[in-house]
Amino acid sequence: MIASLIEGVPHRALALLGALLVALVAAPLVAGDYLLTVLILILYFAYIGQAWNIMMGFAGQLSLGHALYVGLGAYTAASLYVHFGIGPWLGLLVAVPVAALAGAFIGFLAFRFRVAGVYFAILTIAVAEFARVGFDHLSWTSGSSGLFLPVAQFTHNDLWQLRGHPVMFYYILLAATVFAFIFCRALLQSRVGYFWRAIREDEEAARSAGIDVFHYKMIAVVISAAMTSFAGVIYAFYYNNLFPEQVFHISRSIEIILGPIVGGIGTLFGPILGAVVLTGLAETLTAALAAAGIDLPGAKQVFYGVCLLLVITTLPDGVWPWVCKRIGLAERNK
Amino acid sequence: MPADVYLNVAVGGVLTGLVYGLMALGLSVIFGVVRVVNFAHGEMMTIAMYIAVTLFTAFHLDPLVMLVPIAAVMFAFGYVLQTRLINPFITRPEYSQFLLLVAVAIIIVNLLLIAFGPDAQNVQTSYAYDSFQIGPLIVDATKAYAGLAAIVVAAALFGFFQYTRLGTAIRACADNYTGALVVGLDVKHLYALTFGLGAACVGAAGCMLLLIFDVTPAVGPAYTLLAFVIVITGGLGSMPGALLGGVLIGLTEAMAGLLFTPSAKSMFAFGILVLVLLFRPQGIMGKRTA
Repeated sequence: MIASLIEGVPHRALALLGALLVALVAAPLVAGDYLLTVLILILYFAYIGQAWNIMMGFAGQLSLGHALYVGLGAYTAASLYVHFGIGPWLGLLVAVPVAALAGAFIGFLAFRFRVAGVYFAILTIAVAEFARVGFDHLSWTSGSSGLFLPVAQFTHNDLWQLRGHPVMFYYILLAATVFAFIFCRALLQSRVGYFWRAIREDEEAARSAGIDVFHYKMIAVVISAAMTSFAGVIYAFYYNNLFPEQVFHISRSIEIILGPIVGGIGTLFGPILGAVVLTGLAETLTAALAAAGIDLPGAKQVFYGVCLLLVITTLPDGVWPWVCKRIGLAERNK
Repeated sequence: MPADVYLNVAVGGVLTGLVYGLMALGLSVIFGVVRVVNFAHGEMMTIAMYIAVTLFTAFHLDPLVMLVPIAAVMFAFGYVLQTRLINPFITRPEYSQFLLLVAVAIIIVNLLLIAFGPDAQNVQTSYAYDSFQIGPLIVDATKAYAGLAAIVVAAALFGFFQYTRLGTAIRACADNYTGALVVGLDVKHLYALTFGLGAACVGAAGCMLLLIFDVTPAVGPAYTLLAFVIVITGGLGSMPGALLGGVLIGLTEAMAGLLFTPSAKSMFAFGILVLVLLFRPQGIMGKRTA
């Protein structure tokens, strides 16, 4: 199993991966509170980006509504906790199937009727927006006034109830990101992974080669939705407050997908590198503007937008394929 | 509630829907020819709305009077955007174009935020509270003017595409890209013209919408979404479809606001979109091979 996963990977890449993992595990020992928060954000986006990449990067289905799955995961687990005192790990057993069902619903609607491309993308936005307005009016989750979890005490870490210090969340997200990375690598090498890439490159050709296109697209959307909802559960217990206006908003969906696109779509390292680049960029801009004494709301986002423009016009395939060429690593799982 | 209340709200919804339709028409024209989905569409409209607000507060120029110059400014903006930024992206994958336009949208929203602040602005015209009475029907003057203006602009655009040489050339690009190149059309220039026309549509629609709604920098993305919903409902790439979709969505929103709660109205618009995608994915007036 493990042997097949690392088969064909250059030694240099393996050594690099190992070093990166050691550095990440050791990071909380040296990082201050601020850096830790940034690292948590990076891991969060790296993990969700990996999940989104399964749908778009592997199977070629552009979802612009992944905030839906984050929100469903977050709201399901948080409501169970607030209303019935059910802990997050048991809540996960409900939250993940709920999100997977939502993914299956969208997939069924779209793939049954051959809704594809732009139309599919807009369907995913529409369902997420539908959920946003719906949750705004759902009194069980306190509607637009927001759902609050009892605030955590930092005196001791309770892993079972997910109450505790950010370091705990850091390691949970690190474990999730590592799992997602290995899982995606395994997916790419599996039969399903080859079928997905066949569908991505040419759906008609895949169909005529005997691939059950509907079936495999459904698998992609369900796996992606389920993985994304886990991040939603963590989000709820890390931030302790949920507002439909924030969780389900289209700008959340866009944030999720910027990482993998900037990093390199369809690659295993793209989502991780994209999360580092974009979160790093946003934090650097905040610091730079503060240092320059510029206190204009919106100034940071303007620079952020300009940087995005520069990246997309100069590196259309993403940063990772470009880095690969620089350091002499061939990207095998394109 | 008496029946004429429903009727009044319905008429108001249809008139607002015509303006929505004109906004969506811009998106539809751009997609139909350039094959790029303009994810900065609503944001472009807010630019026009802020120009109109500024002209009104500074010089008391009525947005409807300034409609043509503002549309011209937006045309120039669209033309430059297409030639400078979008033309190189025409052959790139959809997600790449999406990212480009999202970046443009982020820049627009936040530049407006810096320039005008987060507070809602509007225009108080002399006829803001006038209304026409037609039998039992009471129609707001602002909505009536806005709806009529939308029809006039849309008709002008139909005429341009149907009866002028330039319009015919643009339609040729949309029908057959290679063919258009072969007969010697300057496709890049025509694409830029088309994007300019789409931008002019939202420019005009922005002026009209300003009579009915306030503007804040943050409304841009909401209008972008609304334009998508309308265009897909009516049929992406179909000009009459965009207008029809606009009227349908305007009517639905108005009735949902009356029967349920105004804050839930967009839910019904999205509900319609899901139904259309289910039963007629190409849209009401769209062709199957979209």
